Amino acid sequence: MLRDEQGPYFGEFGGRFVPESLIAALDELSLAYDACKIDPGFQAELMDLHRTYTGRPSIITEVPRFAAHAGNARILLKREDLNHTGSHKINNVLGQALVARRIGKTRLIAETGAGQHGVATATAAALFGMECVVYMGEVDTVRQALNVARMRLLGAEVIPVTTGSRTLKDAINEALRDWVANVDNTHYLLGTVAGPHPFPYMVRDFHKIIGEESREQVLEMTGALPDAVVACVGGGSNAIGMFHAFLDDPSVRLIGYEAAGRGVDTPEHAATITKGRPGVLHGARSYMLQDEDGQTLESHSISAGLDYPGVGPEHSWLNDLGRAEYRPVTDDEAMHAMRLLSRTEGIIPAIETAHALAGALELGKELGPESVILINLSGRGDKDMETAGKYFDLFDGVES
Amino acid sequence: MSSRVEATLDACRTEGRGALVGYLPLGFPSIDESIEAAVALVENGADILELGLPYSDPVMDGLVIQQATEKALANGFRLRDAFGAVKEITDRVSAPVLVMTYWNPVVQYGVEKFARDLKQAGGAGLITPDLIPDEAQQWIDASDKHDLDRVFLAAPSSTDTRLAETIRVSRGFVYAVSTMGITGARADVDTAAHNLVSRLRNAGAKHVGVGVGISTREQVVEVLDYAEGAIVGSAIVSALGDSGVSGVASIAARLSGRSEVQGVARHT
Repeated sequence: MLRDEQGPYFGEFGGRFVPESLIAALDELSLAYDACKIDPGFQAELMDLHRTYTGRPSIITEVPRFAAHAGNARILLKREDLNHTGSHKINNVLGQALVARRIGKTRLIAETGAGQHGVATATAAALFGMECVVYMGEVDTVRQALNVARMRLLGAEVIPVTTGSRTLKDAINEALRDWVANVDNTHYLLGTVAGPHPFPYMVRDFHKIIGEESREQVLEMTGALPDAVVACVGGGSNAIGMFHAFLDDPSVRLIGYEAAGRGVDTPEHAATITKGRPGVLHGARSYMLQDEDGQTLESHSISAGLDYPGVGPEHSWLNDLGRAEYRPVTDDEAMHAMRLLSRTEGIIPAIETAHALAGALELGKELGPESVILINLSGRGDKDMETAGKYFDLFDGVES
Repeated sequence: MSSRVEATLDACRTEGRGALVGYLPLGFPSIDESIEAAVALVENGADILELGLPYSDPVMDGLVIQQATEKALANGFRLRDAFGAVKEITDRVSAPVLVMTYWNPVVQYGVEKFARDLKQAGGAGLITPDLIPDEAQQWIDASDKHDLDRVFLAAPSSTDTRLAETIRVSRGFVYAVSTMGITGARADVDTAAHNLVSRLRNAGAKHVGVGVGISTREQVVEVLDYAEGAIVGSAIVSALGDSGVSGVASIAARLSGRSEVQGVARHT
């Protein structure tokens, strides 16, 4: 069963390409997580938190007015945007914070791009009374100033990263450097399904509840499995969380939408699987954007959360197996879909999520009106108003 | 297998001293200046050279080396330049040259091809900060085939089992990371370094170099009391950034305990 893969390798991808100093901490984390995984007490505590704090199970919303623009396919949204803190990120953060507490760590560090994972981590730290430091590329602290304020209000220290390209990849480097120096009391709460083992496997496990709930909900609503399940892919955490429950349902197509930025034929994109090739980044072997010498390339996307030149190893594996497909969606296509869902259904999605919505507009036309498409609506768009306001000229003047 | 690095460490021991291992990144501030700086480093007392390949995501390095390698990349350093630079340096000095590189550039160049070209350039082997023995089979095979050293890292947090495995697969020396942290000067060398070297000895290590946080002659002397090699990086890189090649010559002479600086006239 594809669902049984637990790392450290997914086919030829994954592994642990990190300094020796971190191996003891990764081993400690692997052992602790494996123990938690089979501990009914741990699982009950996490489920209770999801019920009383996250707001799970998240609902499914059918969107017929939006679907009218997608070949009249039946389109269902899994509403992770309604979770506490506004995205799927909380699923992973609560799980890892519980594990960290079990192994006696008192300090959480995290990287963040858009700020959603940083906010979620700061939230968990506040809830559990832990110290919290969030590394954020200087470029992103400007793009996402509201999330910086949210994290600080929650009591976290936000450290702008001024080296390298000053974005998410450099924030991960800086968090790894902090972790190397402070592993004794610190847990690195990695926010996506990338990084060294056990992160890709553990983070996936904490998000697979998305697909498990959805599978039951869709079966109950429609009496059948969906024809396609789609999600946006940056590092790939919301997508793997959605895909995982369907991996062994061969009738269900799995499609991840990558950020094509200004177009995959320009240098300004973040379409890692579409345009990259396998390499080693941030502790794992996976597809990545790199030059001939193996230097990581800067990515571009209008959505900070997809603006990452790597992708989780399990996605690379699913791509090479042919089990999942990965397609590019441009900035403009995503922004169009963001506005369309807002105007047809009264739901403002995150720009990250809008990439999956844009993909579904085309996919619906391909699959036709009898088809059922399940979309992971991974986050809400409140954080993106600055970007959307500029893009659509919403602040002054009349929208074009 | 004959290791020139091990032979150098043994020769230093015979002379009743330990070895100074000096680090500089290739391409900083330019290829030519980095070559001159490396030569000056050896002429003024470094017994072994560690030449870093600039890389976009150096997670084991502190700010000084990050900024230097960023500048090297911004100035157009390419991987293919490295072999020519190593060749020129090894033609001019007899000290063995180890290349320090993160793993992805080697993977993209081709592990086997990288080993072959490094050997042809006169390189002695690789130090691999983000490649652990568990993931290194391809490199172990290639370095055996081309008779190259492979220096893996040992950390204060490594278990005894891991130390034994690291010693088993390393050749040249085992790089003992002095402290739980990244490269950069520190006021004191951690007592963790001494403990780690003792644990490596108990596990059978014959050649150990201690690095990370060493920047002064006093720290070098302290470390060489219990290890074969003392590795200095950021302090030398700072000297190069501040005072050019003559700065490297001065700090190398100081670190190796020499009273006179050699060959500086050529660089001033």
